[in-house]
Amino acid sequence: MRKLALAVLGAAALALGSASAADEPKLPVEHWSFDGIRGTYDRAALQRGFQVYKEVCSVCHAVQYLYYRDLGDLGFSPEEVKALAAQAQVNDLNDQGETIQRPGRPSDPIVRPYPNDLAARAALNGALPPDLSLITKAREGGPDYVFALLNGYVPPPTSVKIAEGLNYNLYFPGHQIAMPPPLSDGAVTFADNTPSTVKQMAHDVTTFLSWAAEPSLETRHYTGVKVMAFLLVCAGLFYAVKRKVWAEIH
Amino acid sequence: MAAAPAKQNKLVRWVDHRLPIFTFISHELNDYPTPRNLNYWWNFGSLAGIMLVIMILSGVFLAMAYTPHKDMAFESVERIMRDVNWGWLMRYLHMNGASMFFIVTYTHVFRGFYYGSYKEPRELLWMLGVVILLLMMATAFMGYVLPWGQMSYWGATVITNLFSAIPVVGDSIVTLLWGGFIVDNPTLNRFYSLHYLLPFVIVGVVVLHLVALHQHGSNNPLGIDRKGPQDSIPFHPYYTVKDLFGLFVFLLVYAAIVFFAPNLLGDPANYIPANSLSTPEHIVPEWYFLPFYAILRSVPNKLLGVVLMFGSILILFVLPWLDTSKVRSATFRPIYKWFVFVLLADCVILGVVGANKPEGIYVTIGRLATFYYFFHFLILIPFLGWFERPRPLPTSISTAVLAGGGGLSGAGAPMEKP
Amino acid sequence: MADVADPTGGGAAGAHGGAEASRRDFLTLTAAMVGVIGGASALWPFVASMNPAKDTLAQSTTEVDLAPVQVGQRLTVVWRGKPVFIDHRPKEEIEKAGQVNVADLRDPQSDAERVKKPEWLVVVGICTHLGCIPLGQKATDDRGAFGGWFCPCHGSVYDTSGRIRQGPAPLNLAVPPYAFTNDTQIKIG
Repeated sequence: MRKLALAVLGAAALALGSASAADEPKLPVEHWSFDGIRGTYDRAALQRGFQVYKEVCSVCHAVQYLYYRDLGDLGFSPEEVKALAAQAQVNDLNDQGETIQRPGRPSDPIVRPYPNDLAARAALNGALPPDLSLITKAREGGPDYVFALLNGYVPPPTSVKIAEGLNYNLYFPGHQIAMPPPLSDGAVTFADNTPSTVKQMAHDVTTFLSWAAEPSLETRHYTGVKVMAFLLVCAGLFYAVKRKVWAEIH
Repeated sequence: MAAAPAKQNKLVRWVDHRLPIFTFISHELNDYPTPRNLNYWWNFGSLAGIMLVIMILSGVFLAMAYTPHKDMAFESVERIMRDVNWGWLMRYLHMNGASMFFIVTYTHVFRGFYYGSYKEPRELLWMLGVVILLLMMATAFMGYVLPWGQMSYWGATVITNLFSAIPVVGDSIVTLLWGGFIVDNPTLNRFYSLHYLLPFVIVGVVVLHLVALHQHGSNNPLGIDRKGPQDSIPFHPYYTVKDLFGLFVFLLVYAAIVFFAPNLLGDPANYIPANSLSTPEHIVPEWYFLPFYAILRSVPNKLLGVVLMFGSILILFVLPWLDTSKVRSATFRPIYKWFVFVLLADCVILGVVGANKPEGIYVTIGRLATFYYFFHFLILIPFLGWFERPRPLPTSISTAVLAGGGGLSGAGAPMEKP
Repeated sequence: MADVADPTGGGAAGAHGGAEASRRDFLTLTAAMVGVIGGASALWPFVASMNPAKDTLAQSTTEVDLAPVQVGQRLTVVWRGKPVFIDHRPKEEIEKAGQVNVADLRDPQSDAERVKKPEWLVVVGICTHLGCIPLGQKATDDRGAFGGWFCPCHGSVYDTSGRIRQGPAPLNLAVPPYAFTNDTQIKIG
């Protein structure tokens, strides 16, 4: 009886919880290499995704919590990382205290397109492209949302009036987003000859951004499996000890 | 397995003669009489204690890398996640540990509701527990501000603004809390200081809580006092081993969340750095505050909302006197038993209401649920105590347990039919 | 006293006899050991978090342009938060450094072992005694009896190769890892 009552209450709570507006399109669920307990980051996808970020997104979007040295995680060698860093021009002070530009080092943060938010807004008619370092954790729906958004530029329904300077997007809350469609077929030429369709680029850049938001995921999963196996063994052992100790009392 | 031999050790005796810590521990473990029929709902107290230790440990190590300045706080947390060795583990342990701490504590409280653990002679024990709960809530609230995300900032703004509801001195109090005109760097700094301090205050109150507990010993599922040595067993090894087993089961749940779903209970908006000029669409506290948030928003009057919200916890202080029943355990209170579950459902419903915007049907449900909460404590419980006919109690714990035989189940052993 | 509170415990365990008791002991022992190992392993990441973080480890190189440093001039740069003394040594200093009998030194090292190009001495400017920064970088500083550096804290005296000659310091001034990227530039670290 008690269990039945609890179950009914639980179901009621769930039903209440999900009784929200159902006119928003459901996010398509995408399969990611890092899904599940044993998920990992597909290194090839990470490198292609980084290329998409570098060639397309970095024009407007920063990844301020990433350093060039972090790119070693993507499968680049230390020399390749140094070369990637050196391609960028970084602000620094010379001995006279004046600001100069010098080639980047692995210990530098990845260069930002705009030095601050005000400069970004000034250049982009008041719009502020969010930093992408944490975007897959900072949005409801996570990687599925980012992927859907990038693929979500569809012709607007005739009933909707698009405001000046905005674009219709199926998955953006409010459906009108300042960012114009960033991806088009063939925009990037991948070194591994993967065809660069919008879907492919969106998938790869989302994989890259997921890594950017959560670089420790693989270590976390790997450690987690070991910890839980150990705890399972411990729980079993201590259950046996408990039964033995309590045998006299029962 | 042996009881006394540890004391033969010369070093132990030397220390014990000067500071009787070994005698103390031996007494508490071996001589302290514990009812023989405790079920697994009695594990949650020790689990709460262990969570306190884990939170302090992870917190102290996080504090080694965290910077409590508004321009650097968010970034220092990202540095912990990315650059500090095992930093992601410290952070996720601490973040999800707070949730686990509240799960364990709320379960511990509901155990008290069901089995009448707050009744004479344990009123002070119960009240100390409510103090611990309040301190936990204050600590958790301030801790959530520290990462300086959008929810950190706006949650702090909303909740500190509540105090302006106090007539006459409200605004001055809020300015004093903020140290400024809005939640800003001074607020962050002082929250950090207090967040570091309060857990140690909690430790002190927990010590008092345990002293009060040991005065009369634990309650038990039958709710009747121990009559003699046949009703009790030593804490060690019976409950040490049972607590350890329960700990590992609990750690399995904790580990599953930390390692495989660390952001399940959190809000994505807190991964956006705080922006004092942009309010998120949906300001929500962490799940363990949702029922209180619902009560706060249930009435359109600001001051009344605040009074009801704090009142919902303060009312717990007087529960031992609100409950007029002479019988402790709900096992023998056939009507009251169901209302404990209704209260539980009510709290869950309040939580769901708190998670949603105060619109449409949620407003009505929130008001009904808030009404029921206070009705339960202020009207229902006193009346039930007077008018309910309890089932006959067993003569003693041992007769009930030994007559029932077999495993020690949650509701105690079956006895003569009413 | 234990018997009053535990009427069944001790006696029953004894009565169950050898096999049961020893199996429980083995089980208990195993469980306890596994638990302790688990506890220690759980504590390790906490301690390890105190080791230098990735960003600290990454700040490991400093590049120095030597062109502006005249013969006889000394330059101080920062590497990993520590001062590094760069000495553009004139001929007399190089000769004095080379003439010392290495076997007599407290920390025997020939000058040739401590430099890549003899006119450039690169040493970490931290006294190997207790960590003060020795004087000698400025022309007006007291350079000690051997023309190198003098530590005012406890009187250690270093020669023109940065080797300890007098005073309590046990070792020569450390030579950091460095390399010439071209004739006028070095990269330390």
